[in-house]
Amino acid sequence: MQLILESLFNGVAIGSVLLVAALGLAIVFGLMGVINLAHGELMMLGAYSTYITQLIFKQVSFLKPFYDSYVIVAIGIAFLVSGTVGILLERTVIRRLYGSPLETLLATWGVSLILQQFVRSVPLAYASGLVIALFFGLFTPLFISDDLLHGAKGKLIRACTWGFSALLGVATGGVLSSLVSKLSRASARNVDVTAPSWMRGGIDFVGITFPKTRLLIILITLISVLVVIFFLDKTAWGMRIRAVTQNRPMSDCLGISTETVDIITFGIGSGLAGVAGVAVSLLGSVGPNVGGNYIVGCFMVVVLGGVGNLLGTILASFSIGIMTDLIGAGRLLTIWPDMPSPLYSTIDFFATTSMARVMIFALIVIFLQFKPTGMFPQKGRMVES
Amino acid sequence: MSIFSTKKSWINLTIWVLLIALIIAAPSVLPVFRLNLLGRYLSLAIVALGVDLIWGFTGMLSLGQGIFFALGGYCAAMFLQLNSAGEFPNGIPEFFGLYGVEKLPFFWEPFKSSIFTLISIWLIPAIIAGLLGYLVFRNRIKGVYFSILTQAALLVFFNFFNGQQKLINGTNGLKTDVTQLFGQMVGSEIMQRWFFWVSAVLVILTWFFARWIVRDRFGNILIGIRDDEARVRFTGYNPVIFKTIIFSIAGGLAGISGALYTVQSGIVSPQFMTVPFSIEMVVWVAVGGRGTLLGAILGAVLINYAKSLVSEALPASWMFIQGGLFILVVTALPEGVLGWIRKDGPKKLLFLLGINKKLETYPSLEVNEQGEVK
Repeated sequence: MQLILESLFNGVAIGSVLLVAALGLAIVFGLMGVINLAHGELMMLGAYSTYITQLIFKQVSFLKPFYDSYVIVAIGIAFLVSGTVGILLERTVIRRLYGSPLETLLATWGVSLILQQFVRSVPLAYASGLVIALFFGLFTPLFISDDLLHGAKGKLIRACTWGFSALLGVATGGVLSSLVSKLSRASARNVDVTAPSWMRGGIDFVGITFPKTRLLIILITLISVLVVIFFLDKTAWGMRIRAVTQNRPMSDCLGISTETVDIITFGIGSGLAGVAGVAVSLLGSVGPNVGGNYIVGCFMVVVLGGVGNLLGTILASFSIGIMTDLIGAGRLLTIWPDMPSPLYSTIDFFATTSMARVMIFALIVIFLQFKPTGMFPQKGRMVES
Repeated sequence: MSIFSTKKSWINLTIWVLLIALIIAAPSVLPVFRLNLLGRYLSLAIVALGVDLIWGFTGMLSLGQGIFFALGGYCAAMFLQLNSAGEFPNGIPEFFGLYGVEKLPFFWEPFKSSIFTLISIWLIPAIIAGLLGYLVFRNRIKGVYFSILTQAALLVFFNFFNGQQKLINGTNGLKTDVTQLFGQMVGSEIMQRWFFWVSAVLVILTWFFARWIVRDRFGNILIGIRDDEARVRFTGYNPVIFKTIIFSIAGGLAGISGALYTVQSGIVSPQFMTVPFSIEMVVWVAVGGRGTLLGAILGAVLINYAKSLVSEALPASWMFIQGGLFILVVTALPEGVLGWIRKDGPKKLLFLLGINKKLETYPSLEVNEQGEVK
C-alpha cells in the first residue's frame, strides 16, 4: 500500500512538470495547429529567470529579508519573460507561416537553436536587459490611447516608446551586471538554483516522506491548471479563444479579432512554459539544453491527450508520469514481485529511466492504433483536420 | 523534344558538370583531410535524397531519419569489428571484455558474413522504417503528428542504443577506423580514397534511382499525396501503401548513407541519433530546394562544408547561422536555392534592385506587320 502511494506520488510529481509544460503546448496547438519546437527553450528561459531572480534577491540589500519568498516572485517573472519572448516569436516568425505547420516546425527549431546559443554567449545581465526592453516595447503601446497612437504623431510616439524601452533595457543590463558579478560574464556552464530553507526536507505522512520541492511543484501545477481553466471558461477572452479553436473562419466573421486571440494564446502558452521552467529549475541544474529533456515528453502528452481538450492533456501527462515511475524506477517489480517470469524479465529490462521511455513510446504507438486522434478527439465532420 | 531544350535542363546540366568536375578533381587537389570531409558530405547527400523523397515529394516531414542512418552505420561497424576481432580474447570485439561479456550476442552472428552485411545495411533500416511507417500511416496520422512521432521514435532509439553497453557498447559507439578490411586499415589513406569514390558513385546512382522513382506514375501519386491526400484516396488509390513504400525507401537510403558516413568518420555512436542531427538533414534539403533532387545533394554538401569552415573559424556563431538559416529558408525561400533559381528568382532580384528593368509581360501577343494581333 505504502509502495503504491509512494509510486503514485512520484508519478504525479513527474506528471506535474509535464502537465504545466504541455498545457501551453496543447493550447497553442489546439488553436493554431502549430507545434512550437522552441517550447523547451522557453522553459529554459523560465529556469534562467528563476536563477537570476534568486541571485538578485541574494545580492540586493533591501530584498534580502524576503529571500525565502523568491520562488513565488520567480514564477511571475518567468511567466512574463517567456510570455514576452513567445509573443515576439509569434509576431515575427509564426505569423508569417500561418497555415503551413511543417514550416513552422522548422522555423521554431531555428529559434530554439538561436535561443540556446544566446544564453551561452550573451551575459545574462544583458540578456535580461534585452527582455525588459522587449517587454516595455511590446506592451507600452497598449496603455496609450488609440487616438494618440493612430493620430498624426502616432509613428513618433511608437518610436519614442521603443527608444524609451531600449534605454530602460540598457540601464537594467548595466545595473544588473554591476550588482551581480555572476551575471556579467557569458558562460556555457550549467547553473544551480538553491531552494530556500523552507522548501528543503520533506513532510512525513503515513510513513512516507514527501519531498517539499515536489509538493510545491504539484501545487504550482494545480494553481496553473485552475487559472487556465478559469480563464478559458469564465472570461470573455477565454470564450473567444475557445471559439477560434473550434472554428476560426466563423469566429472571424462574427467579429472576433483572431489576430489578438492568437497573440494572447501564444503569450499564455509561452508563459506557462516559463512556469514549467521554474519547476524544472527546482529539480536539477539549469543549462542551455534543459528544455530538451522535457520537450519530447510534452509532445507525447499532446499526441496522447488529443487536441483542444484540457482533460486529455491532464490525464495524458499523469499517466505518462506514473508509467515512467512505475517502469523506470522498477517499482512495478517491487509492488508485484511474483508476476510471471517472462513478463518479469521484460519489465526488468526496461527498468531504467531511459529504457522506460522506450517502453512508454511503444505503448503510445500501440494506443494510437486504437485511438489515432488521442484520448479525447475533437468532434466534427471534417474530412481533413 | 531534346532534353536540353528547356531552361531547367540547362541549369541542371551546368550543376551536374560542376559537380562531376568537383568529384573528379577533388582527389588530386584536396589534402586527405578535406577529401575525407567531402566524402562524408557526399554520403550525407544520400540521406538528403531520401529526405527529399519523403518530404519534398510526398509532404511527410520526418524528424527521425537519424534512426535509419545510425542503423546502417551500426550494421557496417559490426561487420568491421567482427572482421578484425580474431586476435582478441574469445575472438569477439575488444570492448566486450570491458563489460565481462564472453559470448557474442546472438544478433551479431550474421554480421560475420560480408554479403549479409551488404544487404542488411539498407534492408534492416528499410524494414524498420516500413514497419514504423505502416503503423503510423494506417491510422491516417500525418502532418505535425507524424513529425513529432518520428522525433519521439528517434529519442527512443537513442535511449535504447545509449543504454545497452553489453550489446553494442552503449554511448561509446563502435569504432571502425582501426579495423581491417581487405587487409588494410579502414582509417588508412588508401581506404579513405576508395570510400570517397564509392560515395561519389553511390550519390550519382542514388540520384538516378530517385529520379526513376519520381518520374512516372508512382511519382505523380506521391506528389498527389503531398498536395491533397484525401483526393488521392477518393480517386481510388490507397495512400498508405505508397507512403509506406517511400518511407521505407528513404529509410534504406539513410542506411546506406549511414554506413558510408561511418567508415569515413571512423566511428558510429548514438550521437547519430540525436535530435539536432536529424533536423539538420531536413534543412539541407530545404536550403537546396525541396522537390528538386539535385537541390538535396547540393544542399547537403554545401551546408556541411560551410558548417565545417564556420565552425573552424568561429565556433560559437554556427548555431546562430544555422538557426537563422532555418528561419530564413522557410520564410523567404520556401522553395530553396535551386527552386528559386528555376523560378526566375535572380531575374526578379535584379529587377527589384533596379538593375534589370525589362520584365516580360504575359500573355505576349504576336503582332504582324500591320500591328494586328494574329
